[in-house]
Amino acid sequence: MQSFNQTFSATEPEQDYNFGYLDEQTKRMIRRAILKGVALPGYQVAFGGREMPMPYGWGTGGIMLSASILGQDDVFKVIDQGADDTTNAVSIRQFFAKVCHLETTTETAKASVIQTRHRIPEQPLRNDQILVFQVPIPEPLRFIEPRETETKKMHSLGEYGSMQVKLYEDIVKYGYIATSYAYPVMVHGRYLMDPSPIPKFDNPKMHQSNALMLFGAGREKRIYCIPPYTDVASLDFEDHPFSIQQWQAPCSLCGSETSFLDEVLIDDQGQRMFVCSDTDYCQGQLAKNAAEEALHG
Amino acid sequence: MDNLAQALPAQFNDPAEAPLLRAEGLSKLYAPGKGFEPVNLNLFPGEVLAIVGESGSGKTTLLKTLSGRLEPQQGEVIYQGNSQMPAASLYQISEAARRQLMRADFGIVHQHPMDGLRPRISAGGNIGERLMEVGARNYADIRRQALNWLTAVEIGADRIDDLPITFSGGMQQRLQIARNLVTHPKLVFMDEPTGGLDVSVQARLLDLIRNLVTELNLAVVIVTHDLAVARLLAHRIMVMKQGQVVETGLTDRVLDDPQHAYTQLLVSSVLQQ
Ligand SMILES: Nc1ncnc2c1ncn2[C@@H]1O[C@H](COP(=O)(O)OP(=O)(O)O)[C@@H](O)[C@H]1O
Ligand SMILES: [Mg+2]
Ligand SMILES: [Zn+2]
Repeated sequence: MQSFNQTFSATEPEQDYNFGYLDEQTKRMIRRAILKGVALPGYQVAFGGREMPMPYGWGTGGIMLSASILGQDDVFKVIDQGADDTTNAVSIRQFFAKVCHLETTTETAKASVIQTRHRIPEQPLRNDQILVFQVPIPEPLRFIEPRETETKKMHSLGEYGSMQVKLYEDIVKYGYIATSYAYPVMVHGRYLMDPSPIPKFDNPKMHQSNALMLFGAGREKRIYCIPPYTDVASLDFEDHPFSIQQWQAPCSLCGSETSFLDEVLIDDQGQRMFVCSDTDYCQGQLAKNAAEEALHG
Repeated sequence: MDNLAQALPAQFNDPAEAPLLRAEGLSKLYAPGKGFEPVNLNLFPGEVLAIVGESGSGKTTLLKTLSGRLEPQQGEVIYQGNSQMPAASLYQISEAARRQLMRADFGIVHQHPMDGLRPRISAGGNIGERLMEVGARNYADIRRQALNWLTAVEIGADRIDDLPITFSGGMQQRLQIARNLVTHPKLVFMDEPTGGLDVSVQARLLDLIRNLVTELNLAVVIVTHDLAVARLLAHRIMVMKQGQVVETGLTDRVLDDPQHAYTQLLVSSVLQQ
């Protein structure tokens, strides 16, 4: 991941970059695609992407979206696996700090635009916030039907029975719906959508969300959106209803019983513990606990 | 060319009953002699029509056009599920409406079973998919129906979770039939359903098809180059040669007393075998 910043700083001196790196015309074109996506919740809009100074898989789709919507007054946060301090998150945050000279933050509440891979923050979002997802594979029907012409037709005719088969096969194999990431959803009762590799734990947060959600796939050059207050339903069966992940014990650090936990190794002996994957949330809970303790002695 | 409507068996001649499927002036030619020239036909509920003729005579092309999968150059295909339903001209309604109608009322049995099956989905999932396509969302119920249909097509219940690629050709074809029948179609289109199978396997499959068709009162259009298949299953036969319908009529009449020289040739070559 070293090369990310090296490549970038080696190319040109920073003052030569347009605000957000992309030229205004490209940003406008992407914003038009976003508007179309907002008008058709869950529909995949094709857009003419630009090459970004980093390889696909590093979040170029999300980066192009962020670059197109960020303004000078925005406060930008990047999360990767729930954390702000992974190489990928740090690189993207530095990239925008450099090409936009804007304020960045790790606090969910302070951010106006949050770019994410793998998670939706635990703290409920507001309607003045925008969540930008980095999407590796935008087409939920790809595994059933590799032909683009056919998946397009399936979307336009709303033929989604075959998606249900994937869940059926899960139950056949495991006795329950084992799909736990990129769990397919119906957006506003119309389009089937892949919510990107977030855990199904986060699916309910998309339903009637206050915040606008934008999804960008860099390699396949697709944008799709969930406007605020849109119905988002996870597919399931009557007798195998959708359910989210649960843990036996609360977060070992902050004690939260409602957040998504990651298992981490804590020593060479294979000792493990479960902690919040959303590091900002965990720190916030810790601070709150400390404040309460100080108050009540 | 005969008017098929005039050559109907008595039980399909009830004037109160409307045809399920009508073709009027229907044609599709890829090139002269390749495809089929204008065809008129009426198919009534519960009726089995066999389209026979040698390879390349246009049978598959006609079947595809009749079943909503290939747009004709001329003419219409009109489907009326029952007297309460409005008649729908298959290529004049929207694609969405056509696909919905086909999902609900048609079955399509391909010659090569894997063309009509999903290789990486279990047998039960292959049958259940059709139910889920029309809105079924109860796992236990979908599974129960899949199981019933596996039994109906003589596949062991213990194979329900196996992939169709692990099945024999005959089993794959029976699975394809089960997948088509689970949604209770009114009309099933079959293209050489016993085509690539061993003779003994063919006989068993034909028996099964005949029983199901009678039991479910299905209307069927079956394409075959095998007159024995037509004899066993069909009420009526339509003989094609180089894209033209050369003779039509009741099965026994056509096979026992063929009028057209080409039909005579077909029948006699069968007798020589
Ligand atoms: N997609 C196509 N494009 C061009 N010619 C075709 C196509 N499909 C079939 N044909 C030709 O049309 C004729 C009839 O084919 P087909 O309907 O498959 O005959 P059958 O099923 O009776 O063997 C053949 O000569 C075939 O080569
Ligand atoms: Mg053929
Ligand atoms: Zn925590």
